[in-house]
Amino acid sequence: MTQNTQAPAPRTAPGSATAAPRGLVDVRRRPSSWTGLWFVLPFLAFYAVFLLWPAIVGFGYTFTDRSLAGGDVSFIGLDNWSESLTDSDMYDSLWNTLWFTILSVPLMVLLALGMALLTDHARRLGWFLRLSFFAPFVLPVTVMTLIWGWMYNPSLGLFNGTLGRFGIEGPEWLFSEDTAMFSVVIATAWWQVGFNYLLYLAAMQSIPKDVYEAAAIDGAGVWQRIGRITLPMLTRTTALITVLQLIGSLRVFEQIYLMTSGGPNFATRTVIQYIYDSGFVGLRIGLASSMAYVFMVLIIIASVAQFRLFSRKEG
Amino acid sequence: MRRTSRATHAPPPAPAGPGRRAFVTGALATAGLAAAGCAPPDTLLTGRTRLRQWNLFAGGDGNRMVEMHDAYQAEHPEVDFRATTFTWGAPFYTKVAMGAAGGRGADIATVHVSRLESLAPGRLLDPIDPALLAEFGIDDTVVLPNIWEKCFFEGELYAIPIDTHVLIQYINLDVCRQAGVLDADDRLVEVSGVDDYFDLLREIQGVTGEYGLSMDTWNPWSNFWALYRQQDGDIVFGEDDFEMDDDKALAAMDVMYRLSEEGLAPRHSRDADTAANLSNGHAGLMIHGNWEIPTLEATGIEFSATQFPAVFGNHRTRGDSHCYVFPHQRVRDPERTRAATEYAAWMLHNSLTWAGGGHIPAYQPVVESAEYDALHPQSEYREAAENVQFEPEAWFSGSAGRLQEEAAGALTTLHQGTQTPEQSLDQLKATIRDLMSVPSPV
Repeated sequence: MTQNTQAPAPRTAPGSATAAPRGLVDVRRRPSSWTGLWFVLPFLAFYAVFLLWPAIVGFGYTFTDRSLAGGDVSFIGLDNWSESLTDSDMYDSLWNTLWFTILSVPLMVLLALGMALLTDHARRLGWFLRLSFFAPFVLPVTVMTLIWGWMYNPSLGLFNGTLGRFGIEGPEWLFSEDTAMFSVVIATAWWQVGFNYLLYLAAMQSIPKDVYEAAAIDGAGVWQRIGRITLPMLTRTTALITVLQLIGSLRVFEQIYLMTSGGPNFATRTVIQYIYDSGFVGLRIGLASSMAYVFMVLIIIASVAQFRLFSRKEG
Repeated sequence: MRRTSRATHAPPPAPAGPGRRAFVTGALATAGLAAAGCAPPDTLLTGRTRLRQWNLFAGGDGNRMVEMHDAYQAEHPEVDFRATTFTWGAPFYTKVAMGAAGGRGADIATVHVSRLESLAPGRLLDPIDPALLAEFGIDDTVVLPNIWEKCFFEGELYAIPIDTHVLIQYINLDVCRQAGVLDADDRLVEVSGVDDYFDLLREIQGVTGEYGLSMDTWNPWSNFWALYRQQDGDIVFGEDDFEMDDDKALAAMDVMYRLSEEGLAPRHSRDADTAANLSNGHAGLMIHGNWEIPTLEATGIEFSATQFPAVFGNHRTRGDSHCYVFPHQRVRDPERTRAATEYAAWMLHNSLTWAGGGHIPAYQPVVESAEYDALHPQSEYREAAENVQFEPEAWFSGSAGRLQEEAAGALTTLHQGTQTPEQSLDQLKATIRDLMSVPSPV
C-alpha cells in the first residue's frame, strides 16, 4: 500500500520539484478539513435525527388530525392552530407558567446573589455554606418532590406540625388554589437555586482582590465595597443567570406534575402539562404539536427581548 | 512430559483467531442486530415459543404477578416468557398505543377494560378467538356476565378479564370496636341512606377526635361515580351533546361537600395520606380501592373490609377490570397467539394468588372455592363484583383517561369547600362539553 504512493516520487522531473511539496501540503490539508467534520458528525447526526427531524415532522403534524391511537391521518389546515389560540384552558395554563416565572425568577436570582455574598464574606464557614447551598441541586426531582410533599402535608407534615405546636393553624400549602403555586415556587427555589449560586460565587471570586484593597485603603466600608465594586462587576453574570433562569422557569413541568399534577382545580397546571395532557392523555398529537409551537414562539420572543435588553445595558 | 507442556506455554502463539478489525466489525454487527430488535439467538436455537407480556402492575399486585409468572414458567419450560412492567397510567397507555400503531406490540398486555374503546379495537388491538380461549377452559360460563360483556366491541372479543377491582370500605377494627359500631363477628352494622351513614360517621368521629371516614379527595371522580350510580344516575353521550341527571349529581356532590364541610372526612387527602389516616386511627372507615389491602397489611393494624357503603340504599360501587388484550401485530404468528391465549387462561385458573392482593378474580370457580372463602377480608366483599359500575362509554372515559383527570378539578373543590355543588356541577358539565366538542382521536 505505502510503496505505491512513494513510487511516483523519483519519477518526477527535477523541474517539477516545487510542485511536489505543494502537492504534499495539499494532500495534508484536505484530509484535515474533512477530519474535523468526522469529529462533529456523531453530534450532527444526533442533532438531526432527534431534534431537527422531529421539529420538522412535528410542524407537519400541526396541520393534521394525527392521533396517538393511529388510524387515518387527514389534512385539516389551520384547525389545530385556531383551537390552540382560542382555547381558554390554554391561556389559563400559559398564565400559570407565566405566574410561576414571575414569582421564581427574581426570587432565585436575588437569593443566589445573597447566598453567594454570604459565602464570599464568611470565609471560615465557606466550605460548609458551599456544600449546604449546592447540595439540594444534585437531588433528583422525584426525591425533592417526595420530601417537600410530606413537609407540606397539611395534617401530617413538618411545617403545619411545627406551627401547630405554637398554636398557629398553618396554610394548606399545595392543597389550596391560593397557596399551591407559592408552595411550588418555594420548593423549586430550595432545589434549584444552587446552580445560580455557583455561577455568582465563581464570578465573585474572580474579581481581583486589589480592587477591594484599594477601596479599603480609601476608606470604603463593607456595604460600599459590595454596592460599588461587587455588584457592578457582576452585571454580565446577572444577565446570564436571569436569561437562563427565565428559560428554565418557562419550561417548568416535572416538579409541578409530581407535586400537584396541576391541581387543585388546575391552579398549577402549566402549559407544558397541558400540552402533555392533550397529546398523551387525550391522544391528539396534531393539536399538541401546534400548542407546543405556539409556546416555542413565545419562549423565543421572551428570550430575544430579554437578551436585547441586557446587551443594550452593557453597551 | 512436564517439560514439553511448560514449553508450549512459554512462547505466545501467533494470533490464529479473528484479528482486531474483524472482532470490532463482528461486535458492531451483533450490536446492530440486537438494536434492530431481532429475536435473541437463544430463542431461535432452542425452538421455544417466544412470549412477551407488558403489564402495569408496579405496586403490591405486581409482586403477586411475578410470583404467578415464576410458577407459570416452571410449568411451561417450552415457552420463552418475558414480562415487562411499566408505570401505571398515561405513560403505559401511550406505550401500548404506540407499539401497536407500529404493528410491533407485545404478544399480550394488561389494560383496564374501561380503556378498551380508547385503544381502538380492531386497529390497535387484535381480536381474540373465543373458540381457542374456550379450548383452554375460559368462556362466558366461568366469568360474571356484566364483566364478560365489557370485553366485546362491535361483536368481537377483544379482552380476557383477569379481575374486578372496586372501591370498598375498609374498617379499622380497633377504632370501630370502641365506637360500638361492630357486631359480634366484627362486621360493621348495616346502615342505609345518607342520614344514617352520617350518624355512623359521627359516632366514629367521637372516638377518633379527627375524622370518621378517610377518602381520596384529590381524585374524587370514582367516589362521585359510585354515589351517582347508586341513584341510577347515568351519563349518556349523544352526537354532540350528553344527558346527565342534575338532581342526582347534585345529591352525590352534596354528600361529598358535607363530608368535608362537617369534618367527617378530610379536606385534603392524596396518595398515601388516605391509607395513613386509617392506619393512624385518624379515621375509623376508609373508602378506597381493594388494591390497598397489601398496604394496610404492611402497617400491621387490625382491619377488615366490606362493600362500598349503601349511602343511597344499595352497594353499587365504581369499578374496573384488568384484562388481557392482544396489541396489534402486523404479522401474527399463530403459535405465539396460541401460547398467549393459553397463558391468559392459565393465569385465570391460578388467580387465587392474584386475589391475595385484593382484586376479585374474574374466574368464578376461584371466587367460589373454599380457599377464597378462607381469604380475609377478600371474601367479605366478593359480592361487590356484581355491584360494579363501569364508567360511561366514550373515548375520553376510563382509568387514567381524560375525563377522570378533568373531572378531578371540579370535584376536588367540593372537599375543599371552595365551590358549592351547583358550581362544581356547572364546571363538570362544561368540562364534559369541552371533551365532546373536539373530534375523537380514536
